[in-house]
Amino acid sequence: MSVLIAAENLSRYYDRHCAVDNISFNLSTGEVLGFLGPNGAGKTTTMQMLSGNLAPSTGTIAINGFDLLHQPLAAKHNLGYLPDTPPLYKELTVNEFLGYCAKIHRIPPKQIDAALKSAKHRCGLEAVAERLIQNLSQGYQQRVGIAQAILHNPPVIILDEPTIGLDPLQIREIRHLIRELGQDHGIILSTHILSEVQESCSHVQIIRQGKLILRKSIEELNLLMHSSILQITTRSPIELDRLNLIPGIASFESISPTKVLVHCVSDANITQISDLSVVTEQIVATIVNAGWGLLEIVPIRHSLEDIFIDLIQEPDPSLATV
Amino acid sequence: MMILTIAQREFKTLFLSPLAWSILAVVQWLMAYLFLSQVEAFNVLQPRLVSMNDAPGIADIIITPLFGNAAIIFMLVTPLLTMRIICEERRNKTLALLLSSPISHLQIILGKYLAVFGLLSVSILLTSLMPLSLLLGGTLDFGKFFANLLAMSLLAATYTAVGLLMSCITLQPTIAALSTFGLLLLLWVLDWSSSISDHPSPVMQYLSILRHFQNLQSGLISSEDVLYFVFGITLCLLLSILRLEQELLQKISPAVVHNSSVE
Repeated sequence: MSVLIAAENLSRYYDRHCAVDNISFNLSTGEVLGFLGPNGAGKTTTMQMLSGNLAPSTGTIAINGFDLLHQPLAAKHNLGYLPDTPPLYKELTVNEFLGYCAKIHRIPPKQIDAALKSAKHRCGLEAVAERLIQNLSQGYQQRVGIAQAILHNPPVIILDEPTIGLDPLQIREIRHLIRELGQDHGIILSTHILSEVQESCSHVQIIRQGKLILRKSIEELNLLMHSSILQITTRSPIELDRLNLIPGIASFESISPTKVLVHCVSDANITQISDLSVVTEQIVATIVNAGWGLLEIVPIRHSLEDIFIDLIQEPDPSLATV
Repeated sequence: MMILTIAQREFKTLFLSPLAWSILAVVQWLMAYLFLSQVEAFNVLQPRLVSMNDAPGIADIIITPLFGNAAIIFMLVTPLLTMRIICEERRNKTLALLLSSPISHLQIILGKYLAVFGLLSVSILLTSLMPLSLLLGGTLDFGKFFANLLAMSLLAATYTAVGLLMSCITLQPTIAALSTFGLLLLLWVLDWSSSISDHPSPVMQYLSILRHFQNLQSGLISSEDVLYFVFGITLCLLLSILRLEQELLQKISPAVVHNSSVE
């Protein structure tokens, strides 16, 4: 696996406002990196720097081994970029526009037809190929934007909010396309749709106030999301003292006399899952023995959203070190 | 190669909007009217010219004033063509396409420059067809004709370069057009004061675009005048490229504004 993007100590100041603060990361072939963060966190600025639209105040970016500042043409040759507003010449037809993009991306004339055909097919644009871009719906315009970014089959693809303005079916198609492209390309996509990250990315990166506060693979993230909380509902009130005798329970949270949240001790490692099932078994046994009438026992999963909200709201990003 | 690709796209886009067509049409109407009035003037003067030694010919009475008027009309028209070249790409956020493609800033600027200059050239050619039509019934001083053509082309090329620079600098097309027109008019009238005073300032005289234009028009093609235009064009194009580079380095936070406006 080769390193496609190597960003080191990137910072970007607008006057004295620091939009991106000393972030470093790598992207390799086969990775789809989801870039998450609240509005104004520096996502778009980072994307603009990676695509050569904005020079970093400090730090270096290498695209497929070429320094973006010193060998801009070679670096950009390896790059496909969809900005947050698709850069479309709306007075052209889809075919004319993509043909122009093919030329400025230096696709050899003989291969242009094939490249156009494949990009149109991948983005589902065949039916509208001869229509003016300005007459297309927002979803189709967005797809033309994506087609433009993948047209020249660049090793690095940068997509700034690629699914904005698409309907659910199109979103599914684009996610599928991203996963497919992710196999032999390196893709960075920014979004604030959290489920999108879970569905199409292999890695997640969360940025807050210009700082990188989390960088994990989806597997690691799933571990974070494993629950250590059980919600128990019974017919008659629970005597918490008796439940408390069970080892492995950290604390209780009473919602009502018959509804309790049980926090189990978690070590944030894989054995936790089996621990949890042991604890669950004992809880169930206790409740049944006591005759409280167990109605429901549900493990509560952390959603990515919980983690995200936790991270971006916490003044001190301690969760990043978990 | 890449320059031509960009120029071609830009040129085509100009003709996809009614702007290029209307400008060509309006200029052509005005020039036709002015041409006919010059022909009329020639007809009136003709009896007197016959009796003169070394009388001015068709070229002096028709072609030179015709292109002199064209220079003024182009000054009004060029800003309308150049105002949107960079400015509008920036507003429509299509500049990102060019900036993230393997194209240098030089190629972007030259491509766009050639497109607008191409359109003005079409207009100049259409205009020059009018004096050529006189060949049907007379002869033409081709030396003067081509000198005028050269002067007009250099002038249009300079106008375009100034307009391009202004389009790079300003954020709004109207401001770009206004400042282009202002700067061009200033260069045009720069020499007026010195023609009245007893001690004309040589600097003002040199800077005056009108002076160099008229020198060339007279049929006296000196390298000094040609170099004035070439130097002006090069300067404007270089500054445009620098401006693009500088924008890349210290963009004044449109990204931040934009980022917070998303959703």
